[in-house]
Amino acid sequence: MHTIDLSVTPLREMNATLQALTADSNTRVWEIANPKGAHAIACGLDAGISVTVMGHTGYYCAGMNKQAAITVKGSAGPGVAENMMSGTVVIEGDASQYAGATGHGGLLVIKGNASSRCGISMKGIDIVVHGDAGHMSAFMAQSGNLVICGDAGEALGDSLYEARLFVRGSVKSLGADCIEKEMRPEHIEILTDLLARAGCDAKAQEFRRYGSVRQLYHFNIDNAY
Amino acid sequence: MCGIVGLFLKDPALEPHLGAMLTAMLVTMTDRGPDSAGIAIYGDPIAGMAKLVVQSDDPATGFAGLADHLTTTLGARVAMDVKSTHAVLHLPEALLPQARLALPPQVRVMSHGQTLEIYKEVGLPLDVASRFDIAQMSGSHGIGHTRMATESAVTTMGAHPFNTGPDQCLVHNGSLSNHNALRRKLTRAGVHIETRNDSEVAAAYLTWRMDQGATLGEALESGLDDLDGFYTFVVGTRDGFGVLRDPIACKPAVMAETDQYVAFGSEYRALADLPGIDTARTWEPEPATVYFWTRDNTPTATPKAA
Repeated sequence: MHTIDLSVTPLREMNATLQALTADSNTRVWEIANPKGAHAIACGLDAGISVTVMGHTGYYCAGMNKQAAITVKGSAGPGVAENMMSGTVVIEGDASQYAGATGHGGLLVIKGNASSRCGISMKGIDIVVHGDAGHMSAFMAQSGNLVICGDAGEALGDSLYEARLFVRGSVKSLGADCIEKEMRPEHIEILTDLLARAGCDAKAQEFRRYGSVRQLYHFNIDNAY
Repeated sequence: MCGIVGLFLKDPALEPHLGAMLTAMLVTMTDRGPDSAGIAIYGDPIAGMAKLVVQSDDPATGFAGLADHLTTTLGARVAMDVKSTHAVLHLPEALLPQARLALPPQVRVMSHGQTLEIYKEVGLPLDVASRFDIAQMSGSHGIGHTRMATESAVTTMGAHPFNTGPDQCLVHNGSLSNHNALRRKLTRAGVHIETRNDSEVAAAYLTWRMDQGATLGEALESGLDDLDGFYTFVVGTRDGFGVLRDPIACKPAVMAETDQYVAFGSEYRALADLPGIDTARTWEPEPATVYFWTRDNTPTATPKAA
């Protein structure tokens, strides 16, 4: 294992080192010490490496991730794993607002709570929140799965496209065009797999599914001001 | 953007270090707002005495003879400590309103109260803190702000914290959209508002509500109905410290609490070097929820339906 100590190594140098790694690179397990809430830690990685950040992170940690498995041993600031393409990001603490925003693929696991706008405009990413998620989660979410093991805040799934939302606890309110939908066997199967991959012992049968009623897809004069 | 820090000490052993701790916290937030900075420090009260902090762009002439002028006008001894462009006037608390009226036009009031001192200027946090030697100051709690101006000019008077009532101050990250209408309403109600700044209107609003008998917590709660826009507020009173975020809560905020302190930062970076931070309880304050600590009461967090 290689350790990069951010109290010694500049942030850009750390990111450049990790970004330069390829499928053939020899050193595949990395640890980032003393993150102290710095921004953009482990951003833009594109190799099947493992990176563990030993503390809390600031804005945009693990953004644009491809292939890498990134774990934050603490809480993450706004925009963690935004626009992720593939790989896995695990936050052991809480995540601030817009976690997993616009993510195209991969798995984001938040072991604590997620703040507002979790999964905003998600485009294929899978997000599993072990705790609660804040207001306007999955706003304009296009595809992928958002799993909330605790409670969801106000306006869940507002202006939703085709993402699937699974919530085990209560939903404070549903956003425009979001409704509860039937949990069919294929959904139980998808959710069971996601929960297992996210290290969550909740049962898929305990969840409700929410999705788009597809009324906002086409122009409707009643919606005009 | 703008960056906010706040520190409310529970452990008196840390009080001599308050200025140094707040300065270090604020300097880490420099890139959130590089145009002006300010720090409010709550120090020890002296029975019957008050502090009036004034500013002059030309301190050599602005402060010349000021203490003597006030001593003569008020008929009571007024002492003055000059620190760069600011001067702290020490005077009997009962004479504070008269002292404000007796100030010459070339000085501007930064703060008034029993324990509060506000220092603020245009410039980077490190430069502003250095010119007033904030790191040497002791106190029980304090708030700092570094500004990226959006709503009014980059001037000393536009810098935060804003003080509108005795020992009351406020810093703001965000922007208010109904501040012009609210300024007119408050002005008609007799509240003095100095600048075109939106945040000062929020500070004046809270003071106005408290003048009507509300606690700071109640004033913050009614702010959720009356203030429209984006905000994370951190406010200070003589014995208290409060935090409020608007219901949308897009402006960042992180808090940490240990047996020794309650700390606020726009980002975790601001808190990262505090003692015991690795084992502190850290959390993001909820939207539309009033958080408030005082010296005598247990902490409260009052959620309010949006």
